[in-house]
Amino acid sequence: MNSTNKPRKTPQETQAIVERSLSRRYWAERRFRLYGLAAVTAGMLFLVYLFFVIFSNGMGAFRQTQVRLPVYFDPAIIAPEGQRDIESLRAADYPALIRAALKAKFPEVEGRAATRELTRLISGSASFDLQQMVVGDPGIIGTTEEIWLLGSDAVDLMAKGRVERDVPEDQRPLSDTQMGYFDKLESEGALALKFNANFLTGGDSREPEKAGIWGAVVGSFYTLVLTLLLSFPIGVATAVYLEEFAVRNRWTDLIEVNINNLAAVPSIVFGLLGLAVFIGFFGLPRSAPLVGALVLTLLTLPTIIIASRAALKAVPPSIREAALGMGASKIQTVAHHVLPLAMPGMLTGTIIGMARALGESAPLLMIGMVAFIVDIPQGFTDAATALPVQVFLWSDSPERGFMEKTSGAIIVLLAFLVVMNTAAVILRKRFERRW
Amino acid sequence: MTPAALLIALALLSAGAFWIGKSRSLALVGGTRGVRHLHSLPGHYGLMTALWCALPALAVIGIWLVFQDGIILQLVTRHLPADLRGLPANELALVMNDVRNLVAGNVPADSVTEAVRGAAAEYTRLRGVSRMALTVLVLVLAVVSIIALRARIKPDLRARNIVERVIEWLLILCSTLAVFTTVGIVASVAFEAFRFFQMVNPLEFLFGTQWSPQMAIHADQVGSSGSFGAVPLFAGTALISFIAMLIAVPIGLFSAIYLAEYAHPKFRTWAKPLLEVLAGVPTVVYGFFAALTIGPALRGWGESLGLDVASESALAAGFVMGIMIIPFVSSLADDMISAVPQSLRDGAYALGATRSETIKQVVMRAALPGIVGGVLLAVSRAIGETMIVVMAAGLAANLTANPLEAVTTVTVQIVTLLVGDQEFDSPKTLAAFALGLVLFLVTLALNVLALHIVRKYREQYE
Repeated sequence: MNSTNKPRKTPQETQAIVERSLSRRYWAERRFRLYGLAAVTAGMLFLVYLFFVIFSNGMGAFRQTQVRLPVYFDPAIIAPEGQRDIESLRAADYPALIRAALKAKFPEVEGRAATRELTRLISGSASFDLQQMVVGDPGIIGTTEEIWLLGSDAVDLMAKGRVERDVPEDQRPLSDTQMGYFDKLESEGALALKFNANFLTGGDSREPEKAGIWGAVVGSFYTLVLTLLLSFPIGVATAVYLEEFAVRNRWTDLIEVNINNLAAVPSIVFGLLGLAVFIGFFGLPRSAPLVGALVLTLLTLPTIIIASRAALKAVPPSIREAALGMGASKIQTVAHHVLPLAMPGMLTGTIIGMARALGESAPLLMIGMVAFIVDIPQGFTDAATALPVQVFLWSDSPERGFMEKTSGAIIVLLAFLVVMNTAAVILRKRFERRW
Repeated sequence: MTPAALLIALALLSAGAFWIGKSRSLALVGGTRGVRHLHSLPGHYGLMTALWCALPALAVIGIWLVFQDGIILQLVTRHLPADLRGLPANELALVMNDVRNLVAGNVPADSVTEAVRGAAAEYTRLRGVSRMALTVLVLVLAVVSIIALRARIKPDLRARNIVERVIEWLLILCSTLAVFTTVGIVASVAFEAFRFFQMVNPLEFLFGTQWSPQMAIHADQVGSSGSFGAVPLFAGTALISFIAMLIAVPIGLFSAIYLAEYAHPKFRTWAKPLLEVLAGVPTVVYGFFAALTIGPALRGWGESLGLDVASESALAAGFVMGIMIIPFVSSLADDMISAVPQSLRDGAYALGATRSETIKQVVMRAALPGIVGGVLLAVSRAIGETMIVVMAAGLAANLTANPLEAVTTVTVQIVTLLVGDQEFDSPKTLAAFALGLVLFLVTLALNVLALHIVRKYREQYE
């Protein structure tokens, strides 16, 4: 058969073919559109689900179970010889006070093992709180006070309903006997969830009920302040040079290619650089915000440079021409006219870069900002950790109580990020100019 | 003075220098009324004095701080007792480490030997001397520069030109930092990797299928050489990235198509930023999410279907990584789709094509190179992603293509090898740098390729 011999279709026939295919094609159209909508919805659902999981797990971290006990500050235990100097008050046996108070509440408990089981209801760190009270006011000795003591991790889990009551005993953090004590305390109203200020103001701890994020927040703060101080001037200077002064040649091309590539280098590679150069070669201290800031500076510089260049590009050439025409030098033109106009855009880019730096943890693992640090860092060279690294450390802990703390720390981290990004959006909206 | 205090003192001095230079220039021409006799504005004379005061002093501080530690250590080593000085280099380094820890207050004084304590005292003394010398040198230098420059200020001194030239050089210096960073990455990572390849055959590293660096912890243990065949890591990385792409590319692409071609502008203005929130969530959050929720959930589903799913399966890590990359793919694809000229669409509509036919047969074909470039960039993100896999993928190096098993990745191994205390000369730690080098080179190649494709495509429609 020769194709030229094929009879030509009349317009009517063609139209019939098209019309027959139309319903199929419209179906395909609808299906295609639906796929697109489904994809957008899927993305949204992931986001909603992620936030739901984090918040439903993490809100509990802001409240902690406390147990009310009448504590008798027994002089025979604290200061048997009547001494009142700080040193011996510090060294006194405070756990014994808690033991005595618990025994007074549950007089039926006898024997060492049973007593030990009873004292597990109260956090090991509660005795430090009593110590603080006595050292702060020695006059309290000899009196009896109703005190809300920090409950242990296990009590907290049960009180918040994180563990079902009816699971087998060996899968429950509290044994059956302990559940008896727990129920008695609860029925007397001696068990309550109170706002956990320590979570926001305390340092890290091995005990979930005592762990706080303030140390990590301060570490992140020191790191970010230094990062900002280093990366903003350098980033703006680079952008100004490339956009306003540089003649296009091989050298500036090389710089541009480098900046674009650095923006896509995995962050962990920057960590390797920090480890080998700043710590290995220059001998800077490990785990210090100083080194963290140097690494994060290199990491955020491309972001800031690219945003700053876009902001400079958006300033119309007429501004520069007018300034130059009035006799301003190149530097004066840039410093007095172009930079002020481009500043909102540069600041927006910088805030976004800082937000990225705040959420970054992989390079900080490399330079050792991943240690267990109880003290709040006091400066740029103290050992410190950062908020996202704290999340990583806690998520690694075997204790179940840390799961809630991890989510709580994530909520705090997300809150900081939301604030920073909102600031960036407001800045852009407020100062955005259309020429 | 501590370096920080010294910097503050220098800043104050520079502020003083500005004022001195400015008032000197004005005094020369008899106050503000004679200012037209000056070549430059009075502020320029001030700025020039301030720069001359600050820059040489800053350079001295920088150089001093870089070399101070090494020189002090040399001097302290010379003061050590003879039996310690005779130790081989690496044991000597351990002793010096004790000295440093003692100085930093990391260890109590009674936990070390008498010699170390002596050396630490010597170290502290020398550091004090060095700080004192630096303070005196910097302050003298700054003051001398101010005096010298004040004498040089004349009404016809071209202060503005000088200041502007200095500022321009400072700008150039800042812009070269990007190049230095790249050079620094390549040099440091490649140097340590080179040391690794002196101990381990590069071919064995690249093509070996056994990965168990833990063997190398004790030098005298049997099989202490460890085995550094990185193929299981490459395979694991590829598997997880592949799963991530299976999630991210279809969802990202269809989202971009819907938002760019179908969605009402109002829907688009709030849906697009909301999707991009996914990219702003820190990766450590995704890692926690994967380990806490997705991993156990997949395991549970697998069990109900009679499948054996590892709780750290490649599927869980890849799935969550895919979610993270969705906005990355969608915003790049959105840009590319928007860059396709409207005339092409109009042409297709005029021939009677439906919207989806136009998109499939005209828009996507025109945007394809750009989208491929974007996907390549996304792949390089997936390969380099660290926290999700550290928290949700396994540690054991399995060579498998089964997504339900646990695999490990290059980044996971870098983290496990380097976190914690380490010495810089064991193959175990150096292996991390070799892996880092591979990671850097692969992502670099992907980026260069992707940027090349994207740029070429953009030119086509400009």
